[in-house]
Amino acid sequence: MALPLRYSFRNVLIRWRSTFATVLGIALVVFVFVLLQSLAAGIEKSSGNTGDSRNIMIVRKGSTAESASLISRENLREIQYFEEIARNERNEPVISADVLVLANLPRVNNNGEANVLLRGISARGAELRPQVKLIAGRWFTPGKREIVVSSRMAKRFANFGLGQSFKAGTASLTVVGWLDGGGSAFDSECWMDADECRSLFERDLYSSFLVRPVDEAAGAKLLERIEADRRFKLKAEKEEAYYQKQTMTAAPIKWLGGFLAIMMSVGAVFAAMNTMYASIGARTREIGTLRVLGFRRRSVVAALLIEGALLALIGGVVGCAIASLWNGYTTATMGFETFSEIVFEFTVTPRLMGEGLIFAVIVGLMGSFLPSVRASRLPVIDALKSV
Amino acid sequence: MSPSNIVTIRELSKEYRQGEIDVVALNNISLDIAQGEFLTLMGPSGSGKSTLLHIIAGIDRPTKGICRVQDIDVTKLNESGLADWRNQNVGFVFQTFNLIPVLTAFENVELPLLLTRLSAKRRREQVKTALELVGLADRSKHLPRQLSGGQEQRVAIARALVTDPKLIVADEPTGNLDSSSAQEALSILQLLSKQIGKTVIMVTHDPKAAAFGSRSIHLEKGELTN
Repeated sequence: MALPLRYSFRNVLIRWRSTFATVLGIALVVFVFVLLQSLAAGIEKSSGNTGDSRNIMIVRKGSTAESASLISRENLREIQYFEEIARNERNEPVISADVLVLANLPRVNNNGEANVLLRGISARGAELRPQVKLIAGRWFTPGKREIVVSSRMAKRFANFGLGQSFKAGTASLTVVGWLDGGGSAFDSECWMDADECRSLFERDLYSSFLVRPVDEAAGAKLLERIEADRRFKLKAEKEEAYYQKQTMTAAPIKWLGGFLAIMMSVGAVFAAMNTMYASIGARTREIGTLRVLGFRRRSVVAALLIEGALLALIGGVVGCAIASLWNGYTTATMGFETFSEIVFEFTVTPRLMGEGLIFAVIVGLMGSFLPSVRASRLPVIDALKSV
Repeated sequence: MSPSNIVTIRELSKEYRQGEIDVVALNNISLDIAQGEFLTLMGPSGSGKSTLLHIIAGIDRPTKGICRVQDIDVTKLNESGLADWRNQNVGFVFQTFNLIPVLTAFENVELPLLLTRLSAKRRREQVKTALELVGLADRSKHLPRQLSGGQEQRVAIARALVTDPKLIVADEPTGNLDSSSAQEALSILQLLSKQIGKTVIMVTHDPKAAAFGSRSIHLEKGELTN
């Protein structure tokens, strides 16, 4: 029979002064773990939100990202007349040939410069991405050197206000609208006309095509057709699948989060161990008494392990609570797919908090294991004689 | 062994090593303790009286000899067997009370019952009866630090008798008490022996405390002297 849980619980509470530092240490480990993982989750969420299940993305064979892809105008001329591609009410094929250009632009408050992704889109580009809404101003007019910027980027870059102009390369562009990407990767982009973009930045080639097939079957056929046609040397895949793969930026953050958490947890394990040694050392006679009353070694070990786990769990809850304050906070980093600034939100999910708590409990159990076993192995008579 | 004897000890010795020296704590002791007896063990410090008490109670082991309590030779039981046996057969009263500081008087008394198969309701009844017997029913929700030394020792006596054990062992139970609290604690032990028929074995230095017992034996240098 185990010792009552209240025994472990009250022992944690009654010694709160001596356990406070350990609780804080574990809270810090869990905070760092959850926060860094929530960064990675934010980046993944942003990429995951982006694709439309109906669309197909076409890039050059061998390219892992559209920013590294080049497609000729001849390819566009041929592909846009494929019967698998849907047509709008004006009988125009629903296809957008996009050009991606990186521009090095100054941040607000003279806070250095960063690469910004400028996307030139064709006339159908916005139709294909219904999650992108214009929230202020108007869409650009082709030929007038106008651009629509993400409202989140507007807060981070100089001269991104409506009516303001900025220089990108040799061109001067006027901001005429703000877009909202609905938490997608488009929140990190600025949109302008594709052909104007090609001419301003001297690009002969497009970067990618985004197309809407007539239906599911036509989509499958289109994927097959582009893959099989050797003239094109193109790769087609569902837009959703393409963006789900674009989470490379999250990988090193996740790795760093895990690595830092493990390094810090080594310290936290020792802190928990120290606390438990002190706590157990102060009540050796109490443990002896429990053994005299008939409680077996394993009951004593279990009670002390539960105590250590509870201690760490409190730290875990504190760490998660602090990390959750960052939930929804917008930040940015350089994306490894495009080498441009990507904007995203810290996303502290219930799953991440659960992982943080499990992590804390493991730290607590590891820290209290040796002290518990040592206490239970002490001969009853020696434990009773302890002062 | 006489049928009325609850404890039979034959040629019991205990030696241990202290640094470089072999210390003889008990030397070839034979002793019978009758059912319902209130036996006091007296003697100077280091005479082996506490060691003898601990061996009878199953918390220490002899180097050789037999220590039979009822039909069981406690020296032959393994660690977990001894833990179960102690829980079912022995109640302990310590000089320093040894209550668990984070548990209330009620929870302290209930502790040994958690190892039995009694229902929660039955446990509550038994704890209530034990606390009433020691006159502390109204202090059941108090933590040990909220009780006086005498009250703490009475809670410890309630804990010792709550499982209805055959044997109650007390190691200097009045050592930390003032004289009136000591009187109360000894009176309860005496009552347990005389009226309820429990066998009580008590180690004490104090002849006044020993006077509460029905028989007193003396040890010196690990041997019985009377």
